[in-house]
Amino acid sequence: MTSSASDPAPPAFTETFCSTRDGAGTGLVLAQMDAVLARMPGGKGPVLWVQEARAAQEGGVPCQRGIAELGLNMPILRIAARSAADALWAMEEGLECAALSAVVGEIWGNPKALDFTATKRLALRSRQSGVPFWLLRPDGVADLSVAPDRWRVSATRSSDNPWDARAPGRARWLADLFRTRRGAPATWVAGHDPAAHRVDLVAALPDRALGEGDDRAAQPALRSVGGGG
Amino acid sequence: MTTAQPSLPCAPWEEAADGPDADAPLVLAAPGPHGPVVHAANPAALTGGTKRGMRLTDARALTPELQVVEADLRGDAEALRRLTLWSRRWCPWSASDGADGLVLDTTGSDHLWGGEAAILADMEMRLADLGQDARLAVAPTHGAAWALARYGDLRENCGPSALKARLAMLPVAALRLDGATLLTLRRLGIKRIGDLMLIPRATLERRFGRDGRALMTPLRRLDQMTGDLPEPIVSPAPPQRFRVVHRLAEPVMDPQPLLPEPLGMLCAEMADAGQGLRGIRLELYRTDGTASRFETGCSQASRDPAHLLNLMARHFESLDAGFGFDTLSLEALRPEPLSAAQIRLDGGVQSDVALATLIDRLAVRLGPQAVQLPDPRESHLPERADAWSPAVRRADLLAPGGLGGGGMIAASRERPVRLLHAPERIEVLYAVPEGPPVRFKWRRKPYVIRRHQGPERIAPEWWRARPGTRLRDYYKVEVEAGERYWLFREGILGDGRGDTPDWFLHGLFA
Repeated sequence: MTSSASDPAPPAFTETFCSTRDGAGTGLVLAQMDAVLARMPGGKGPVLWVQEARAAQEGGVPCQRGIAELGLNMPILRIAARSAADALWAMEEGLECAALSAVVGEIWGNPKALDFTATKRLALRSRQSGVPFWLLRPDGVADLSVAPDRWRVSATRSSDNPWDARAPGRARWLADLFRTRRGAPATWVAGHDPAAHRVDLVAALPDRALGEGDDRAAQPALRSVGGGG
Repeated sequence: MTTAQPSLPCAPWEEAADGPDADAPLVLAAPGPHGPVVHAANPAALTGGTKRGMRLTDARALTPELQVVEADLRGDAEALRRLTLWSRRWCPWSASDGADGLVLDTTGSDHLWGGEAAILADMEMRLADLGQDARLAVAPTHGAAWALARYGDLRENCGPSALKARLAMLPVAALRLDGATLLTLRRLGIKRIGDLMLIPRATLERRFGRDGRALMTPLRRLDQMTGDLPEPIVSPAPPQRFRVVHRLAEPVMDPQPLLPEPLGMLCAEMADAGQGLRGIRLELYRTDGTASRFETGCSQASRDPAHLLNLMARHFESLDAGFGFDTLSLEALRPEPLSAAQIRLDGGVQSDVALATLIDRLAVRLGPQAVQLPDPRESHLPERADAWSPAVRRADLLAPGGLGGGGMIAASRERPVRLLHAPERIEVLYAVPEGPPVRFKWRRKPYVIRRHQGPERIAPEWWRARPGTRLRDYYKVEVEAGERYWLFREGILGDGRGDTPDWFLHGLFA
């Protein structure tokens, strides 16, 4: 793999493991969705977002205005399913409906209902209808699955903000593609380019961001208060 | 024979009066040509001197403590339409009469109720049960009944022989004339209908017959009142009811295979009438006399048997058959006009139909509350601006461009991609006077803030919030490991609304 690339052809079914303590998984899924839907003809239908109760309780609900800022302004049809079995059933129903532009499923942890067969059913339906599907697994452990691409995402330091050196910049994630059918697994620092509808992947090198030579100078608040007190 | 019943707009103001105080003067205001006018008033306001049609400012000057509620004219008209249909319990021919009255042709029906006096008593009692304070009258013509109900005695019953003498005593306002004509009559010194009857017809025709209102002249109204000129009542047809009852020769234990036939008949009947249903009720009658009812709603008008069958299939999973069912009944609820749809050339279904079908299927299994659409409101408070509400009645918003920013106001700063259900309190470990805390603990894990952006100050909505609600200062922060959060401080020190402000975590950025 090259050191800098954009993800050329993500598959129709992607499984992403993340933590409920950050929005990195959601961010990467939305970035990939933006990249895929921009290239799909007529990808303007609503997005079906299925949340199992525990996932919504721990990680909150999607925020329409925050998502619209990323360039995805289609309406979201949210399903608040009580159990993982209900959520999986709702995902299957959604994947049969070609009027949707995408389906996102969120299942917290590793419930019994989400086994190899369940992922296979989802993959088959997604392939039949052509609706791309993202399965988010907050706080989940990778077990058997047919997903062609499986990511493990965590947040990493954002890029520099050109307008304010103390403010967070564009979001970046440490994305570990630990299983794929398209090449060798690798770890990248991923970012989203909403203007070009692209997911940027940069080799995860331990280099520092610009203007961050001294680690202590990067934390003015800590130092100034420590010196004053 | 006819009966009229005025004073309808009482119902909404009685409902409104439930809230504050029934004895306080209250009026309903409607827009007039020169500002709002009084549309209706409660007894307390009427004793204070307020009259219908008065300017609202005049009424306020008379009664300074007057409470004003906006009149719902369209709602009143709809209520009157439903009351018209309901009033067919007494006779088959009824119509609404103006904005506040009903007219019923009771000819040939009164003996079924035991005479005219009995029918009036029954009407008054049943309308009082509905909360309507009605004034009723029976007369041989529509015009006479209108006049007697409004200007006559209580529950007046006037026969054809005494009609002319009784009408002569009524004021000319009982003639259903417009304001300009009434003013002219008053200037001419004509106060009672009897005065008008004494004037030769040719004179009246010459004075009032030339201004183009052929049926609104005093002479025509008088003729209609006395029955010399016919005035037919146009009774609107009741909405068509769609119901199919299927009786079985033998009781069956599993009625599901028999359902497609009556359902097909129902759908064909609706297709002929150009209607679709928004809900369906299935009733299964058992041989032992009990019945099981099942109702389900649709997010879009539909008459597709396969879809409706699918929605009802779940009911059969937990059905107690007992000794079997012998009658099935299907009824369409909330029918709506639905024109025939063109199928696409490639044989696929329209995308809005496919979405409505999906919403119905999800709502039937997971419950209507589980299927949600964004319900954006014009607010700066994130939890109000990004609320969710059930999608079942709002599926039309999913059409392309349906939710196109309707009610959404652009945020001044970035918004997170995920919002927590409720803001979670964080424990501040190391605070600084300005800006967000340096160290904090959320869900028992400590974090160190590396970068931050803010504050974005969101003030409480004083017109809705409880007194003492504090403002919020929102910060977008990035912690040492790279997670980005949306924190806020509730209140500022010294705002007089509590002591040291607390910190909360409200959202997760991508």
